[in-house]
Amino acid sequence: MHAPTHRERDHLRFLACGAVDDGKSTLIGRLMAETGSIPDDQLANLVHLSKKFGTTGGNLDYALLLDGLEAEREQGITIDVAYRYFGTPKRAFIVADTPGHEQYTRNMVTGASNAEFAMLLVDAKAGLTKQTLRHSRILSLLGIRRILLAVNKMDLVDCAEAPFAAITEDFRKFVSQLSFDQVDAIPIVARDGDNIVHPSKRMPWYKGPTVLAHLETVPVSTHQREEAARFHVQSVMRTDTGGRGYAGYVSSGAFKKGDQIIVARSGRKSTISRIYVYPSEIDSVETGQAATIELADQVDIGRGDIFAPVDAVPEVADQFAAHVVWLNDNPMLPGRTYSLRIGTHTVAATITALKYGTDIETGEHAAVSTLAINDIGFCNLATTEPIAFDPYAKNRETGAFILVDRQTGATSGAGMADFPLYRASNLVKQNYEIDKGYRAKMKGQRAAVVWFTGLPSAGKSTVLNLVEQKLSRRGIHTYALDGDNLRLGLNRDLGFTEADRVENVRRAGEVARLMVDAGLVVLCAFVSPFRNERRSVRERHDAGEFIEVFVDTPLATCEARDPKGLYAKARAGKAFHVTGIDSPYEPPEHPEIHLRTETGTPDAMAEQVIADLARMGIIAR
Amino acid sequence: MTSKLSRHLSNLETEAIVILREAAMAFERPVLMYSIGKDSSVLLHLCRKAFHPAKIPFAALHIDTTWKFRDMITFRDRMAAELDLNLIVHTNKKAIEDGVHPIKSGSAIYTREMKTRALRDALDMHRFDAAIGGARRDEEPSRSKERIFSVRGPNHSWDPRRQRPELWHLYNTQIATDETMRVFPLSNWTELDVWEYILAEDIPVVPLYFAKERPVVERGGSLIMIDDDRLELEPEEKQQNVLIRFRSLGCYPLSAAVQSSAASVADIVEELRTTRMSERAGRLIDVDETSSMERKKREGYF
Repeated sequence: MHAPTHRERDHLRFLACGAVDDGKSTLIGRLMAETGSIPDDQLANLVHLSKKFGTTGGNLDYALLLDGLEAEREQGITIDVAYRYFGTPKRAFIVADTPGHEQYTRNMVTGASNAEFAMLLVDAKAGLTKQTLRHSRILSLLGIRRILLAVNKMDLVDCAEAPFAAITEDFRKFVSQLSFDQVDAIPIVARDGDNIVHPSKRMPWYKGPTVLAHLETVPVSTHQREEAARFHVQSVMRTDTGGRGYAGYVSSGAFKKGDQIIVARSGRKSTISRIYVYPSEIDSVETGQAATIELADQVDIGRGDIFAPVDAVPEVADQFAAHVVWLNDNPMLPGRTYSLRIGTHTVAATITALKYGTDIETGEHAAVSTLAINDIGFCNLATTEPIAFDPYAKNRETGAFILVDRQTGATSGAGMADFPLYRASNLVKQNYEIDKGYRAKMKGQRAAVVWFTGLPSAGKSTVLNLVEQKLSRRGIHTYALDGDNLRLGLNRDLGFTEADRVENVRRAGEVARLMVDAGLVVLCAFVSPFRNERRSVRERHDAGEFIEVFVDTPLATCEARDPKGLYAKARAGKAFHVTGIDSPYEPPEHPEIHLRTETGTPDAMAEQVIADLARMGIIAR
Repeated sequence: MTSKLSRHLSNLETEAIVILREAAMAFERPVLMYSIGKDSSVLLHLCRKAFHPAKIPFAALHIDTTWKFRDMITFRDRMAAELDLNLIVHTNKKAIEDGVHPIKSGSAIYTREMKTRALRDALDMHRFDAAIGGARRDEEPSRSKERIFSVRGPNHSWDPRRQRPELWHLYNTQIATDETMRVFPLSNWTELDVWEYILAEDIPVVPLYFAKERPVVERGGSLIMIDDDRLELEPEEKQQNVLIRFRSLGCYPLSAAVQSSAASVADIVEELRTTRMSERAGRLIDVDETSSMERKKREGYF
């Protein structure tokens, strides 16, 4: 038995946005109250809260229904996205109430990423503000195609038509350059309920629908009909027939038994032999359904793969261009490696070029070297292995990605893929007969990188110098790479900003990798202050080939030594970005070799390195 | 054959299945928080769907305060046997020895010791790195702010200001060594969605959800069911038989019943469409003070 009244209702996921104090929480609270969606006990609690924290002089303060955190109630602002559920017999709604404060723009982006419709509030008296324009641009970028401009606080302009018409016209002019399909406007007084659920008696000149009537009738379609079918593989499991089943979900289109499919990244083709959803086998699976699929052929498929129809294959590339909204307090650093998550696929990714930043109010492009929190930019990214994607404008589910800070785990960037830069299939790694192992064997040794990291003047180069002498006495072919030396040549275009330091280490790591390929034991001395970049260099080498040596010398000692006068300059305010002073140093957590330089002479430290290298089998005992 | 579910329920189901699989793939030692209630029953059912034909790949953890309704424990053991669950039951035995009591100790101390601390201890003892629970955003205002994948800091603490933005359907499952994750696959479900899904999928639930004449005592305006002889009646209180059911199940002395004649799932769906009371109105532990749920969550409560 089904409950027919509910079955026939559809759902609208929307967000409410706009500047602070424009009345978003009040409007949603009133919509919920007037649709009977607030239970009596919560209403009773609201009476209590309104007395304690209310800003409406004893009247019910509907905003308090939404602002569920203590700090929000105390400060009277929305800090974080709240998701609320309400409904009418015609339609059910999931609304994201997003903060208006500029500093919480990332939460507005979050709300927009999961919405198919947006209600943008403006204050009738204040008119369009920077924040209105900012939010409109984000909505457009995030792919929202229908918006409603709710002109609130009409009572402050005597509920007159002229100011409403003026704001609406200004707004239409502004958004004409953006990509909305439909823009409507309604004059309201959220606090008093005018044109929210009931037509306002104070604004007889307005003949259009109320906010609720508009929400009930605006067309819902999360997916464009022309979107090609996409099935995302989450995991591979043994099935009851002993075959392999690919558990996943359909993000667009449909698949049926007997369909020929292509595995996007490998380009392998097969036919769907079985589709099942517990407890039964089914013939087809469509958008918004999870299922397990079996294929007729044994093909190598894993988590992160996408099945597609053979005539509508996604892009596959390891370099692509994308819009990115930055969400983290730590700025985006081109050259740094982040975790990139797209669909069910996670890979390491680097921003190779930041093409421009977008001025969120004017839409103008400007050259920038980094993105700070809430900034929007257009950039090139490179991934460590090819990813399958669609341009975000064509498919939101397969074009969206996030960038995660590998050190803190923070979700740092919201990305929207645009176009492939270089198709991975065109790039084939050349494999030569004479390889690293052969070259090293000719020299009678094992190739490796010994990477000294530590504060400036910690003694890295001093110890390295001694280690190299000891190794050469043993007949080992070495080469030394040093930060200062590289900066005089290969890296002379780089300064000492965080972004430049990241790139400096990346290049040094690549040179070291080539030298390992040549069969050498490469000794590197770089401050290399960030864990993330040292980890990236490590990941570019084979297991056991990268030996991290932490030259652990207290800052005070380094400063006392100061052979290059660097610390003195920094303290005098004449040098900036000096590690340990005004630039951070992140010590290794698990270095292969840990040198506590204050416990012995440089020679003893070098002997320890030699002993450890022998213990690890890099050199003979 | 297409699903008998409405498009809305089908979308919610898929979202939950996708989340369950992500949790199973991304973490070393995930665990399902099994509280025996309707949300837990739906979660269990979704787990079967998510991993079919394989077995549910993680254990189920029940934090037993020893004050649950007897029917709940019977139901729990029946489900564990039928589904061949790896069921772990954990109780804060020390608190029981110290005499922590749902009424005499006050609900704040009782919840902290028997629920929050017990949960934290169990998660630590088994080194679970992700706990999957049935909490929904429509339950309570601070829940409406909770992420689907919600990071807990050292000692399972929750910092609402440090939450990760959750974009599209892309879940960030990365955690550091001293962090754990709480995962809420039913975040976007409402109480009505849960019951409509139970109806459509014919999912078994504890009989206490269905109306029946049961022995109760009226206390502070609430109807408390007398589930065993541990509930001591005040001199002026008297036991009576009333037609009641429960919308939310917890420890019996702290879970108020509602007067209702809804005796089937279809009846419950119908009742919920017209009720004017929220599901948690009967939860005595929520009404201690404003923001009490948020404070409990900060300390590691579910």
